[in-house]
Amino acid sequence: MHYNWDWGVFFHSTGIGSEIYLDWFIKGLGWTIALSLAGWVIALLLGTVLGVMRTLPGKILPKIAAVYVEIFRNIPLLVQLFVWYFIVPDLLPQGLQTWFKQDLNPATSAFISVVICLGLFTAARVCEQVRTGIQALPKGQTNAAYALGLRVPQIYKEVLLPQAFRIIIPPLTSEFLNIFKNSSVASLIGLMELLAQTKQTAEFTANLFEAFTLATIIYFVLNMGLMLFMRWVEKRVRVPGLIALGGK
Amino acid sequence: MIRFSSVNKWYGRDHHVLKNLNLEVRQGEVVVVCGPSGSGKSTLIRTINQLEPINDGEISVGGIVVNDPKTDINTLRAEVGFVFQHFNLYPHLSVLDNITLAPIQVKKMSRSAAEKLAMELLERVGLANKRDAYPSNLSGGQQQRVAIARGLAMQPKVMLFDEPTSALDPEMIGEVLGVMQKLAESGMTMMVVTHEMGFAREVADRVLFLADGEILEDTTPEAFFTAPKTDRAKQFLRQILSPMHG
Ligand SMILES: Nc1ncnc2c1ncn2[C@@H]1O[C@H](COP(=O)(O)OP(=O)(O)O)[C@@H](O)[C@H]1O
Ligand SMILES: [Mg+2]
Repeated sequence: MHYNWDWGVFFHSTGIGSEIYLDWFIKGLGWTIALSLAGWVIALLLGTVLGVMRTLPGKILPKIAAVYVEIFRNIPLLVQLFVWYFIVPDLLPQGLQTWFKQDLNPATSAFISVVICLGLFTAARVCEQVRTGIQALPKGQTNAAYALGLRVPQIYKEVLLPQAFRIIIPPLTSEFLNIFKNSSVASLIGLMELLAQTKQTAEFTANLFEAFTLATIIYFVLNMGLMLFMRWVEKRVRVPGLIALGGK
Repeated sequence: MIRFSSVNKWYGRDHHVLKNLNLEVRQGEVVVVCGPSGSGKSTLIRTINQLEPINDGEISVGGIVVNDPKTDINTLRAEVGFVFQHFNLYPHLSVLDNITLAPIQVKKMSRSAAEKLAMELLERVGLANKRDAYPSNLSGGQQQRVAIARGLAMQPKVMLFDEPTSALDPEMIGEVLGVMQKLAESGMTMMVVTHEMGFAREVADRVLFLADGEILEDTTPEAFFTAPKTDRAKQFLRQILSPMHG
């Protein structure tokens, strides 16, 4: 088999205005980043709330959070996406439904569905990390805070969460990287993120290998960049001997 | 200042850990609690600020009933300082922030007022130069002195200590006991679980001897050391004062 490598392909015109194929990759990367960051904000906020609920005294709130985690962690991401994109809009009140299906630009409505899907899916995973982080702290930390008269919300805000987050930066980093990978499900409902643009370039140019090589490089650089960023964050907030301390 | 009336506590169904305790600690009094391991000393002292709830009876601090559901427990806790065996400083906060956290959060003190107070207290425990250090950079003795300053920052009516020196290397015990002695001389009401019999002899007004959840002796240090009434206390003193024990 003979394959004609042509790295120049990315600078060929797509035939649409003055656009070149590289522009498609840039646009795709833009969507990938936007989806992932928006999903991550939801995941981090909701996941923190759920993780805190998991560790609260009492029965009902921990149970609610546990059920949430079971549901969102165990149903395949793709199934969840189809639910958010194809089923949930039909359940909305009429006004919202028309707005979502007709008034919104199709890319925007797909974007909203994917962000909700990624956010809620990843929140279940962030929840478990936050819970683990809180439970890893010595019981004496909470007792000392109670003894000083702090109330439960103050204890979480001032004592438990600042320490728990420091401990869980490494697993949170991998969730953060995962959300970038998972964002490629968007291509299945027609949102032209990086993977979709890659496939489209491959079809249009028949330069399949170049297209996927470039996509691989972009994902790789993105991952490395995020990882270095998280390492930097971890260093900045590091406290010596955080976990070594403790007692009853 | 502290009063126990017929206090009972069980762990689970059948572990009766505090048995019908009656006790009164007057303002300014320093009471040392001792007794064999597992006798309920920690449980006793932790019930005073409801770190452990009781099942039966009544505990009051400064006339406020601790175990009354209508009592705002956080307000009460703010008036009772507690020093733990393992210090339990907040590792992510500097020494200064460890001390100012509760005054700012609970008492809504301004940061500048809280810092001024914290510096006075650090001066008192001899650690003013460590204000910006983190707990993990301090020795055990220094950490415990910061923990005492942290408790005092709430300007409590009572200070409780649960074996404050038993996690320390021997050479650091003295500095912590020194701080506690000064505190006692300043008139603070204190209840101290400790096996430091030297401290009990020199500083305490009273010694309580606890065994199996019962107060077997409640007397002056003098009487406790020279003429213990119960066999359990005699046996305990023999063990703890023997040269083997240090
Ligand atoms: N949270 C708990 N749950 C069940 N049993 C406990 C708990 N804490 C302490 N105990 C038991 O209660 C008894 C008294 O414990 P404690 O008050 O810690 O004694 P001390 O401080 O005198 O060594 C011990 O037998 C201990 O095992
Ligand atoms: Mg104890």
